[in-house]
Amino acid sequence: MSHSPSDPDVHHDPSIALHLEDLTVSYGERPALWDIDLDVPAGVMAGIIGPNGAGKSTLIKAILGLVPVSAGHIRLFGEPYGQQRRRVGYVPQRSSVDWEFPTTAVDVVTMGLYGQLSWWRWPGRGERDQALRALEQVSMESLADRQISELSGGQQQRVFIARALVQNPDILLLDEPMAGVDATTERQIIDLLRRLRDDGRTVIVVHHDLQTVQRYFDWLAFLNVRIIAAGALEHVYTANNLRRAYGGQVALLDEAQNRPNAPSDA
Amino acid sequence: MSLVDPTIAILITGALVGMTGALLGSFLVLRGNSMLADAISHSILFGIAVAWLLTGQTSGPVQIIGAALSGVLAVFLIELLTRTRRLRDDAAIGLVFPALFSAGVVLINVYARDVHLDEHTVLLGEIGFVWLDTLTIAGMEIPRAMLTLSVMLLVDALFVLAFFKTLKLATFDADLARVLGLMPGLIFYAHLSLLSGTAVAAFDAVGVVLFISFVVVPPAAAYLVTQRLVSLIALAMLIAAASAPIGYWMAVWLDVSIGGMMALSTGGFLLLAYCWRRLRDHRHYRSRSLEPPPASSA
Repeated sequence: MSHSPSDPDVHHDPSIALHLEDLTVSYGERPALWDIDLDVPAGVMAGIIGPNGAGKSTLIKAILGLVPVSAGHIRLFGEPYGQQRRRVGYVPQRSSVDWEFPTTAVDVVTMGLYGQLSWWRWPGRGERDQALRALEQVSMESLADRQISELSGGQQQRVFIARALVQNPDILLLDEPMAGVDATTERQIIDLLRRLRDDGRTVIVVHHDLQTVQRYFDWLAFLNVRIIAAGALEHVYTANNLRRAYGGQVALLDEAQNRPNAPSDA
Repeated sequence: MSLVDPTIAILITGALVGMTGALLGSFLVLRGNSMLADAISHSILFGIAVAWLLTGQTSGPVQIIGAALSGVLAVFLIELLTRTRRLRDDAAIGLVFPALFSAGVVLINVYARDVHLDEHTVLLGEIGFVWLDTLTIAGMEIPRAMLTLSVMLLVDALFVLAFFKTLKLATFDADLARVLGLMPGLIFYAHLSLLSGTAVAAFDAVGVVLFISFVVVPPAAAYLVTQRLVSLIALAMLIAAASAPIGYWMAVWLDVSIGGMMALSTGGFLLLAYCWRRLRDHRHYRSRSLEPPPASSA
């Protein structure tokens, strides 16, 4: 975490899972992300936190090339995204798709493999088996052939996670995976993500619930258009950083501070 | 039995337009931009007029390519306007296609008064006369519209078969398609170019309005009763194909417009599908004593 952005070796350092340098993204004239420098080491469970409109989802989308970048560059394990596609699993917000689409859970998971098939090939038995194994990892194999609109929110979220897992990714990017899921599903998801982390994978989660930050993550980035602070949880999870990231949103801040093990100023 | 027999020609041509429209329309309806079919179908008049001015041809491959290009131009302009974030996409559609359509009308009025290019025919078509305009191929006489539409159906079907998984993922989750490197934008434009080309192939025979109803209504009906993409497409094509003979015989019986009755028949299927869905949902939730699931926009 001590890499300075100007260190020339950082560009191609494969032990840094995600390297962002001078990254700026704007919608129209308003910058959504401003001059972001960030190095996420491999093998951590990282949380990206910040208030609404801080650019958390935009950050994930910029990493994946889904929004145009005005300045700066992005490296995954030392290489541009285009060369690392297969090592990256993406779990978008559940609300980003239409769950009335005519398809089944296992079919949605199979979609994660579409990038690995040649353009004219239809997915077959082998792809279905891989998808079923991914569904097993999220305890959803019994609902494999269920129409996706008939699944609960938590089940839909687990299907989305299985769709990223089927690619066997080295780095997972999840956009608010806990939004709108029940407590049991949340625990299942966090257990699964921890297992993946313990497996040596890098897990990066956009998260909005301050109450659980300390329990879930071992690495944190506070984002509010700029990076406020980033590093190992014990170094950066301070009341001061929370205040700087959340600014005027005092109510939120007080709520977080009134927790029994709330951080004190370091 | 001959392909130039009026009844046979009308039935086959109607079914061909229906199946081609429903095949491409399924992806459009699922993407939630059925209105693009309307925009494209009107914008092609501009391409038809320009292609005529440049080449002097009023039908054939040149016209189809000209129309495909103007359809793509329409979609491109709509996306450009939407991307400025000053305009919502429905407003952008409403701006672009009347502009291109009226440009086409003006070009035809100024330069093509004496030529067979008629904006009324473009809108309404006349399927009753498809058997009059024929070609002879390998000694067999075949209506021109039937031949063009068969070729378009073949091309469209090959496109869908070859790019099925990309089309599907681009429709369900375009972001993931892009993340996986599948180029959904390119597929989107290719799909809409084929839709434009098919629209011009159809406009001679049935007119733009019947074509739009074939693109939108059968997939919308099939969507209500199926739970798999492949069966949705198959059922949509079946509904479209069945609407041709049903509409034809109703039109003969009531002595009204054939194209109009074919369009109305697709609406009949939609009504049936809607009632079936209501009944199924009712039974489904009562038998499981479940609450209907909340809208998935959480």
